[in-house]
Amino acid sequence: MEKLDNLVVSSSPHLRSGADVEKMMWHVNLALLPAILLSVYFFGFRALAIIILSIAAAVVTEGIIQKATGKEVLIADGSAVVTGLLLGLNMPVHVPLWLPVIGSVFAIAVVKQAFGGLGSNFMNPALAARAAMLAAWPVHMTSYAVPFVDGITHATPLSILSGAAHGELPSYLDLFIGNVGGVIGETSALALLAGGVYLFVKGVIDWRTPTGFLGTVFILTWIFGGNAGLFTGDPLYHLLAGGLMLGAFYMATDYVTSPVTKKGRLLMGIGAGAITVMIRLWGGYPEGVTYGILLMNIATPLLDRYTVPRIYGTVRK
Amino acid sequence: MRLWQVFKNGLLDENPTFRMVLGMCPTLAVTTAAANGAWMGVAVIFVLTMSNLAVSLIRDFIPDKIRIPCYVVVIASFVTVVDLLLKAYQPDIHAKLGIFIPLIVVNCIILARAETFASKNPIVPSIFDGLGMGLGFTVALTILGSIRELLGAGTVFGLRVMPAAFEPAVIMILPPGAFITLGFLLGLFNLIGKRAKQVS
Repeated sequence: MEKLDNLVVSSSPHLRSGADVEKMMWHVNLALLPAILLSVYFFGFRALAIIILSIAAAVVTEGIIQKATGKEVLIADGSAVVTGLLLGLNMPVHVPLWLPVIGSVFAIAVVKQAFGGLGSNFMNPALAARAAMLAAWPVHMTSYAVPFVDGITHATPLSILSGAAHGELPSYLDLFIGNVGGVIGETSALALLAGGVYLFVKGVIDWRTPTGFLGTVFILTWIFGGNAGLFTGDPLYHLLAGGLMLGAFYMATDYVTSPVTKKGRLLMGIGAGAITVMIRLWGGYPEGVTYGILLMNIATPLLDRYTVPRIYGTVRK
Repeated sequence: MRLWQVFKNGLLDENPTFRMVLGMCPTLAVTTAAANGAWMGVAVIFVLTMSNLAVSLIRDFIPDKIRIPCYVVVIASFVTVVDLLLKAYQPDIHAKLGIFIPLIVVNCIILARAETFASKNPIVPSIFDGLGMGLGFTVALTILGSIRELLGAGTVFGLRVMPAAFEPAVIMILPPGAFITLGFLLGLFNLIGKRAKQVS
């Protein structure tokens, strides 16, 4: 009888893609490279300093806490780098240089490690830290600079659009390339889209969350965004302005704080989009994307529970 | 000896804030500054001690079925006393604590001590229980208030501690600051409690 050595009995999964935390995280870092380059181009080397400080603080904090609590030190997995990088990109260029450091320490120590580290945090650490920094030092965090101009703070396109500030609205092209006021990483829709497409092609992010997010914002701002009645809004402007691209591609898709199921991911995107539009159009606070994603982070366990897929072979109730 | 243990129980082992997590409403709401927390604590010490004393005195006369309304009447009387006293002698603090002084009536620490201790124990231990629990609450609120005031305003009890270059983190005197600080203090006290258990 023939020997059956090559027959291995094991439980699923049988096919492995070779993807692990490390690879995924470095893909995200790589995808953000165009945004980093453009932010340095527009805002100068101070932007780079903020990003580097923020990353360094995140990695050092992660290492110290993991060492101190007797856990395995996993700073090479890149997750702290992603957090630091995203937080750095979420800072206006003129913040004092201690602010990104404190923000990163807050993101890692309070939002991530206090809840048990990677995989146990209930909110996106970078975004929660941004919200906290905004509540702690509102003046620093909302003094946006306009590209190429040193030391002058400027209204963002969204604050002009909502009537909170005066000024001339930048053109679509400037918005698309990123030649507008804002935090260092959010201004260039082009760079963020390029990175987003890369992540999608590499299979790092699911198309459902960003599509649901951007689609909802597009439709709702088109219907309600105009002053002349329904369906007179300018949806393209809302898509390109503010932190929407950054949030939709890099933060709403965070594995730890977004749903596991496909339907849940779509719902997460739609929910975040709806909250974003509500805050942008009718809210008094300029932080639509931040709170849209954070609130949906909190709803994630609920979404997962209600969107459990039908198990193959069972009858639909 | 037993009295000392009853007193210490409220301060450490069963600290109402850090171990039993009772009375969270004033704990989170008034601790924007150390002085507010301390004065809130003083008001609670008075009400808790006096209501424990009174409940212990009348514990044999209270019909079991309506004991909670009876306790509330007793507590409300002492809260009225403290409310009027603060209004007369500390009008600034009274204005800052505002609605949270009358709300001591429904503070679950006081009702819990009346129910679980004063209604079952003689007068003297009840007084010590009230003092211990009240002091434990005061210490907890003062710690919480000091940390929040230090980071959120750069001062403690109104005295400037941080250097002039320090930029206060406004979030610490907003509600999120209360939750974050309380979370870390709870974790710290759990850790201390665990260590103490391992040593003994």
